[in-house]
Amino acid sequence: MEIWLIVLLVLIGIFGLWIVMAYNRLVDLRTKIENAWSQIDVQLKRRYDLIPNLVETVKGYARHEQKVFTDVTNARASMASAKTVQEKAKADNMLAGTLKSLFAVAEAYPDLKANENFRMLQEELSGTESKIAYSRQFYNDNVMVYNTKIQQFPTNVIAGMFNFTQKEFFKTEGTERENVKVSFE
Amino acid sequence: MQTVYDRISANKATSLVLVFLFVLIVSALGLFMGYIMGLPWFGLVIALVIGVAMAIFTFTEGDSAVLSLSKARLADKKEHAFLINTVEGLSIASGIPMPKVYVIEENSINAFATGRDPKHASIAVTTGALKKLNRVELEGVIGHEMSHVKNYDIRMMMIVAVLVGVTALLSDMIFRMFRHGNFRSRDKGGAVLLVILLVGIILAILSPIIAQMIRFAISRKREYLADADGALLTRHPKGLADALEKIKNDDDKIVDAANKATAHLYIENPLRKQGGWLNRMFDTHPPIDERIKALRAM
Repeated sequence: MEIWLIVLLVLIGIFGLWIVMAYNRLVDLRTKIENAWSQIDVQLKRRYDLIPNLVETVKGYARHEQKVFTDVTNARASMASAKTVQEKAKADNMLAGTLKSLFAVAEAYPDLKANENFRMLQEELSGTESKIAYSRQFYNDNVMVYNTKIQQFPTNVIAGMFNFTQKEFFKTEGTERENVKVSFE
Repeated sequence: MQTVYDRISANKATSLVLVFLFVLIVSALGLFMGYIMGLPWFGLVIALVIGVAMAIFTFTEGDSAVLSLSKARLADKKEHAFLINTVEGLSIASGIPMPKVYVIEENSINAFATGRDPKHASIAVTTGALKKLNRVELEGVIGHEMSHVKNYDIRMMMIVAVLVGVTALLSDMIFRMFRHGNFRSRDKGGAVLLVILLVGIILAILSPIIAQMIRFAISRKREYLADADGALLTRHPKGLADALEKIKNDDDKIVDAANKATAHLYIENPLRKQGGWLNRMFDTHPPIDERIKALRAM
């Protein structure tokens, strides 16, 4: 009789240990996503801060391209009011698009293109642009791992018990680079 | 397929074995030098102390040694904004802290990474690469280096670089010692011949070990893997393929500050290509055409 009691206790112990480990793993993944998200936020903020300077510089050479300036300024404003992942993704897409047309306009002004300040801003912005893309990629990779984990049995039980919910992907429109297929041998 | 974590632990284990081997070799040399000077145990103790000190130095300062040997200087935030932005972007993508960024004043296109772990890593790029590569190509190159950083290739490759350099220096020292003949065995006449023989044997044993160490580090698969991981990181294998193509077609392929001890660190062989089967056996890099082909097939 006693031996069964011991077996039972050991099993309960193992089960408890598994719950703790699975729980910790989920917390780990969720923290990673939060970190990845703050990376995106840092880069979005950086671009947000660069834009007024850029607009001022371009205005100095291309005063009458009013439409582009208002577009960029509007997109920037919508970025400021965006709160959720989806809103930010949408605002980010809009801003990226308007910036692209701003740089396209700049192409027509050789003096502007030769301007030292403009060239620096352009490098900073395209650098920030690719950092946004990379932080988005890192964020989405982590969200995918996490979302899969909380749906898989048996972790989904733990996830349900402790209220781990699915995270949203940071979606973009068509500009995403596709994952490559790598195989060895 | 091997995961990144398998590769990390394999690299850590190999690093440890290499350091152990190094201390062993230095001790053996010390014992030998002590023996010919008539103080074998003294020689061993001194060699052991030197060996352990060297191992610690390699681990903590190896990256600075490699960087200064390669004439690399810290990248300037303004002057090299393009490079720094690229490195920062890819470190974000791979989720590791941003490595320190260095540039090498050099006309040819090349780059390497070094350091003991991702928290203490550096990436160095030649100014030729900055001039001749566009953004996606540079991203490809940095992606390759970033995967070396991430999976601890850098630790092992750095240890090999320093140890190969030091071992070469040591056997050089022994050679000189016996050429100047300032040891006691000379007094014993015929013993000189024996010593020459012994030195010959030791060097004969040592060279293949050194060669094997280099082979460890360079195992061509490691470069292919870094190419593939880099492509996974940038999601754009064409970038690195184009960059390798540019290196291949560039007139200048030689990095002046590179030598045999550091050649395996670079993304593509920085030394003058030498013919002959022996040299080909010790090639530090897989054929560039094969790498381009593998990348284009992704």
